[in-house]
Amino acid sequence: MDLATPINGTLRKLPAWTIYIVSAAWVTWMFYLGATNQLGPEPINVLEREYGELGLKLLVLGLLVTPLRKWTGVNLIKFRRAIGVTAFFVVMAHFLVWALLDVRSFERVWMEIVKRPYVTVGMLAFTMMIPLVVTSNNLSVRRLGAAAWRKLHKLTYLVAILGAVHYLWLVKGFQIEPIIYLVVIVVLVATRYVSLNIRRQPA
Amino acid sequence: MAYRWTNNLTRADITPKAAFLNRRQILAGTVGLGAIGLVGPAAAQEALEPNTLEEITSYNNYYEFGTGKEDPARNAGALETSPWSIKVDGMVDNPGDYALEDILAGLTVEERIYRFRCVEAWSMVVPWNGIELADILNKVGVQSGAKYVAFETVVQPENMIGVQRRVLDFPYVEGLRLDEAMHPLTIMATGIYNEPIANQNGAPIRLVVPWKYGFKSIKSIVRITLTDEEPPTSWNKANAREYGFYSNVNPQVDHPRWSQATERKIGGGLFAARQDTLMFNGYPEVASLYEGMDLSEFI
Repeated sequence: MDLATPINGTLRKLPAWTIYIVSAAWVTWMFYLGATNQLGPEPINVLEREYGELGLKLLVLGLLVTPLRKWTGVNLIKFRRAIGVTAFFVVMAHFLVWALLDVRSFERVWMEIVKRPYVTVGMLAFTMMIPLVVTSNNLSVRRLGAAAWRKLHKLTYLVAILGAVHYLWLVKGFQIEPIIYLVVIVVLVATRYVSLNIRRQPA
Repeated sequence: MAYRWTNNLTRADITPKAAFLNRRQILAGTVGLGAIGLVGPAAAQEALEPNTLEEITSYNNYYEFGTGKEDPARNAGALETSPWSIKVDGMVDNPGDYALEDILAGLTVEERIYRFRCVEAWSMVVPWNGIELADILNKVGVQSGAKYVAFETVVQPENMIGVQRRVLDFPYVEGLRLDEAMHPLTIMATGIYNEPIANQNGAPIRLVVPWKYGFKSIKSIVRITLTDEEPPTSWNKANAREYGFYSNVNPQVDHPRWSQATERKIGGGLFAARQDTLMFNGYPEVASLYEGMDLSEFI
């Protein structure tokens, strides 16, 4: 049975900007809950974690677009730019909560970035997203040329892997969630380079 | 032996039951020794504001019930705490399995308002009710060769969802040097705000060592062993580079992955600033226990 066709039909009706609206609303809503003491006794930590995890989830979703089309025929390509750009802004929110509400000192922020490997790695991933978000528009694709543009945007693979490493590195003890993120991301990146022979049968 | 350390507060100052959810301004209690000049005036005069019972019971690390801060409050209801017995063994005169009531019988429960500093760089102020550990140890009779006290947390796999996930090598174990265990600040807590201690806080009885990172204050204790060798401790077994046997609060010695110079007191909301972490968590009276030791080496 072909499920991809009706799913694609439904997705076609959904504008790509839905991703921006829903994510921005969620980020704002969480901040509002934190500011009004509805996120438990430690709202700063909750916001850091929630924004960080959403950033990682969006990166996973962005990486999923191509393999999903290859394996199931479900086509999310028109959402991919919105997913990537949103991931950048959510990760920026994660960084800002950490820098402005948690650490609160330029000096200490810099010291943490330099001194703590998990922060260094996270910061590196965030920085690498900047050229990606800046070139996430049609004009840049034209200017760079499709080949160069595509090559640049392969940075996403590294960003996602570093993001998962950042998460894994900061938890205490043997925790399963960051390991799952890392494994999923590594597998999704690997599909770009290794043929898994999971081809969709011609409809 | 009780009352060897005092908050310099009357009970009326802090815990009318109706005031659980109110924040009250309270004077810090390094006064006992401060009065004879061993404590700096800064520590003695600092105001401590206890966290609410709601905060204390909803933000916990108790990995047997999950790794999220809200997991213990959600999952610890399944813990079976009655009847409860504690096995006392090793180098003691009166070893045996003691019912909780028996081991506490005749001992004085005091209120101790302590700072509580987690190794993750957050902190609370908790009004514990507890017994000096020294009283319990004297009751069971510590033999002369004993140098350390080892503790063990209960394991109830069917009631503890985190145990199957093996985040740590359970049962959770901890230990103190005998002089640390006998120090007047070291208590076995059975209550908070004059209420029986909640399961997620380590019911029915837990250790509280206020000058050490919170993970040293082992919860839901079922075994106490006197020994002449430094006992293994759970986080040290999991990662010796990050968690030492002593684990004294020390703003000068960072955790390998994060700074210990500052802490955030729980309950301040989204816009609360960090505060500086104090040496020995603000209990300088314990410094003499570590005289001659390089505290950047004996972490």
